[in-house]
Amino acid sequence: MALPVAFFAVFFAWPVAAIVARGLKVDGVWQFGRMTDVVTQPDIRHVLWFTTWQALASTALTLLLALPAAYVFARLDFPGRQLLRAVVTVPFVLPTVVVGTAFLALVGRGGLLDELWGVRLDTTVWAILLAHVFFNYAVVVRTVGGLWAQLDPRQEQAARMLGASPLRAWRKVTLPALGPAVAAAALMVFLFTFTSFGVVQILGGPTFSTLEVEIYRQTSEVFDLSTAAVLTLVQFVAVGAILVVHAWTVRRRETALRLVDAASTARRPRGGGQWALLSGVLTTVVLLILLPLAVLVRRSLDAPGLGYYRALTDSDGGTFLVAPLHAVWTSLQYAAAATAIAVLVGALAAAALTRRDAGRLVRGFDALLMLPLGVSAVTVGFGFLIALDKPPLDLRQSWILVPLAQALVGAPFVVRTMLPVLRAVDGRLREAAAVLGASPWRVWREVDLPLVRRALLVAAGFAFAVSLGEFGATVFIARPDNPTLPVAVARLLSRPGDLNYGQAMALSTILMVVCAAALLVLERLRTDRTGEF
Amino acid sequence: MHHKTFVAAAVGLGLVAMSALTGCGSTDAKGSTDSRTVTLVSHDSWAVSKNVLKDFEKRSGYKVRVLPNGDAGQAVNKAILTKDNPQGDVFFGVDNTLLSRALDNGLFQPYEAKGLGTVGTQYQLDKAKHRVTPIDFGDICVNYDKAYFEKHRLQPPQTFADLAKPAYKNLLVTENAATSSPGLGFLLGSAASYGDQGWPDYWKKLKANGVKVVDGWEQAYYQEFSGSSEGRKAGGDRPLVVSYASSPPAEVIYAKKRPSTAPTGVAGGTCFRQIEFAGLLSNAHNTKGGKALVDFLLSKEFQQDMPLKMFVYPVVKGAAVPAEFTEYGPVAKNPETLAPGKIAANRDQWVKSWTSLVLK
Repeated sequence: MALPVAFFAVFFAWPVAAIVARGLKVDGVWQFGRMTDVVTQPDIRHVLWFTTWQALASTALTLLLALPAAYVFARLDFPGRQLLRAVVTVPFVLPTVVVGTAFLALVGRGGLLDELWGVRLDTTVWAILLAHVFFNYAVVVRTVGGLWAQLDPRQEQAARMLGASPLRAWRKVTLPALGPAVAAAALMVFLFTFTSFGVVQILGGPTFSTLEVEIYRQTSEVFDLSTAAVLTLVQFVAVGAILVVHAWTVRRRETALRLVDAASTARRPRGGGQWALLSGVLTTVVLLILLPLAVLVRRSLDAPGLGYYRALTDSDGGTFLVAPLHAVWTSLQYAAAATAIAVLVGALAAAALTRRDAGRLVRGFDALLMLPLGVSAVTVGFGFLIALDKPPLDLRQSWILVPLAQALVGAPFVVRTMLPVLRAVDGRLREAAAVLGASPWRVWREVDLPLVRRALLVAAGFAFAVSLGEFGATVFIARPDNPTLPVAVARLLSRPGDLNYGQAMALSTILMVVCAAALLVLERLRTDRTGEF
Repeated sequence: MHHKTFVAAAVGLGLVAMSALTGCGSTDAKGSTDSRTVTLVSHDSWAVSKNVLKDFEKRSGYKVRVLPNGDAGQAVNKAILTKDNPQGDVFFGVDNTLLSRALDNGLFQPYEAKGLGTVGTQYQLDKAKHRVTPIDFGDICVNYDKAYFEKHRLQPPQTFADLAKPAYKNLLVTENAATSSPGLGFLLGSAASYGDQGWPDYWKKLKANGVKVVDGWEQAYYQEFSGSSEGRKAGGDRPLVVSYASSPPAEVIYAKKRPSTAPTGVAGGTCFRQIEFAGLLSNAHNTKGGKALVDFLLSKEFQQDMPLKMFVYPVVKGAAVPAEFTEYGPVAKNPETLAPGKIAANRDQWVKSWTSLVLK
């Protein structure tokens, strides 16, 4: 517990508190009056209202489209399943600038919908909602599907034998077991869409604004730190409230589950229903996810003889001092470091949270761990700058700052992915081991580790992917002149000319491939049998 | 006992992690206070040819570290937030729209750069105190799609007033003045042209004439504008866009196959001038190196390298401008300008009025 607490205190709470204090304290006097001033403005209230309802709508739509996919990926065995599961995670890590461009090719002017039915969705709220589904599909597929694959199907079969209808058996047996994972996934999607930034800016046009966009604008453009501080606190309170409610519902539904090896639960699809479900999910994936990604790849190949890719190796092409291709290496190093930190911190936190003697305070920490996902990147970035700039912790010029910021976003994923599984481990197993004389370390190694190994790998994969694609915080933080992939893409996109645009598309494609490859490797890793089942 | 072991392990790990981190921090901090290293803080558009920078390092004996720090606005704000313990020695990239914010916050210390005599006085906006040195300038102007206007046998617009004429209805796309610097520049240009009282009326006319506003330059230029190669592919149908005077040369230089003439042109009477400055940071660790670096930014070598790297024009008289620039993107004759003090006093209010006028 001490390490996660220290980590979040030093690298999250302190920087955020510092920047908020900077905004709300004038000549050493707190200006709490600013709060009512800001939140009573009609503009701000409008922003708050829009932020909330679009997040609710996005979450509902994502669950609707992705829950069937979670089932299909967990329980049905079909060729290309692993590859496809890696591919649906790719959108999650792509820079929004790039995705926005690709997505417009689908729903914008002259896009697919436009050509087929004359429907254009750009600058409508529908474009925002669909893009949110595109981005967050993997969150549901991976968190819910990860657990679903490990649920013992025999329990549902037993219910069927006792005369329950398939629906009833599912509702009474599987759904309660999946509840916490579904809630966790829904919460993550809600958090991401509540704090949505790039998607709203690009696809919604300038008329839609979320709280996050407003904080960015007040901090970065207007430099009105006091308004930004108030808005940060508002977002904090809103996110905190949701997290507390969520923590409460999840804990009420906690049950010990029988977990089995994921590889043994998937079957070839049987019967019309399963085939229909499979083809429905595959169609959604193709239309919603593969098509926009394919647009990116195609645009990166527009130059003859892979010209855009070859340009990436030119170190003096104009925009950077290093060859853009160098960004691939930089990104991988940062992401590896960030994943190590996130897994260490997240796993320790998750383990501490599932201890039976964990008190109320410790369990409350569960909700707090999610807060970094709900605080704007610009707030964290500026906070890092003014808080971590003096010895003994002068990190502003250290490369570790970027992985640290990325781990801050990655660690909650680790906790979220591991908690449902850890909580599902039957406590009696641990007690039995302890009674038989095993040390706590041995209990963890012999009982928990084999059960959570898969969850740990899934979590690490997610943390890695998130770090690879993280843009908001990375771009704000001091770093040597080594741009990460998303930063390099954004910089290339900020200049006119075919070659710059093409290189941005080529780098995005590389980011896509690297991410998919990393996830595939992890999928392979977990199939080395633990032999316990 | 459980509990204790766990806490001990966690604290142990924590200490290891912390010492590793602070270890990193202190070695790096040492690196930056080293008098042989000079650090340049800038925005993401900073670029220089490798050999030009190497030349300076060899000649001066300093090693240059560059910290790109987000877009121009962010970079300035960050520098202000960290001015007591700055990230570097020299800041490059504050422009006339943000100059007052930087100066009022005491970001820079005075230094009269060598070679300032060769810089046109119209660029020297801090003549009395020399807290900043002008380095480059560029113009934010409406670009037009040549093919569109040829095809429709229509004269491209030339002035702000033209843009409000019925002939150009539904042709212009611009950026959100609240979130994009060309968007803001275009608003400031119209305010300079029509005056404090007149600009809202002008924008009412533009709105009635179907101006489209998108959030950022990338969308405007790559998605909506029919003149850029990418805009054409994306099905962009707006032949007028707010961009830079240097965008047409960039279209030529960064084309897959170099065209004989630029596909786009600049409406010369719609320009707003941006001047970028560099300055020695107030609490710079390495003032000597910082001064040498500012001098370098005014050297002919750097000034002549700049146009093709950052797509801006040199401020030093006699610095050669590449042929592509003179051929495809001539310097605006009478760009609009506004004093930094006036911009500082009005910017937020103007942006607010503009937002409710144009976006709502």
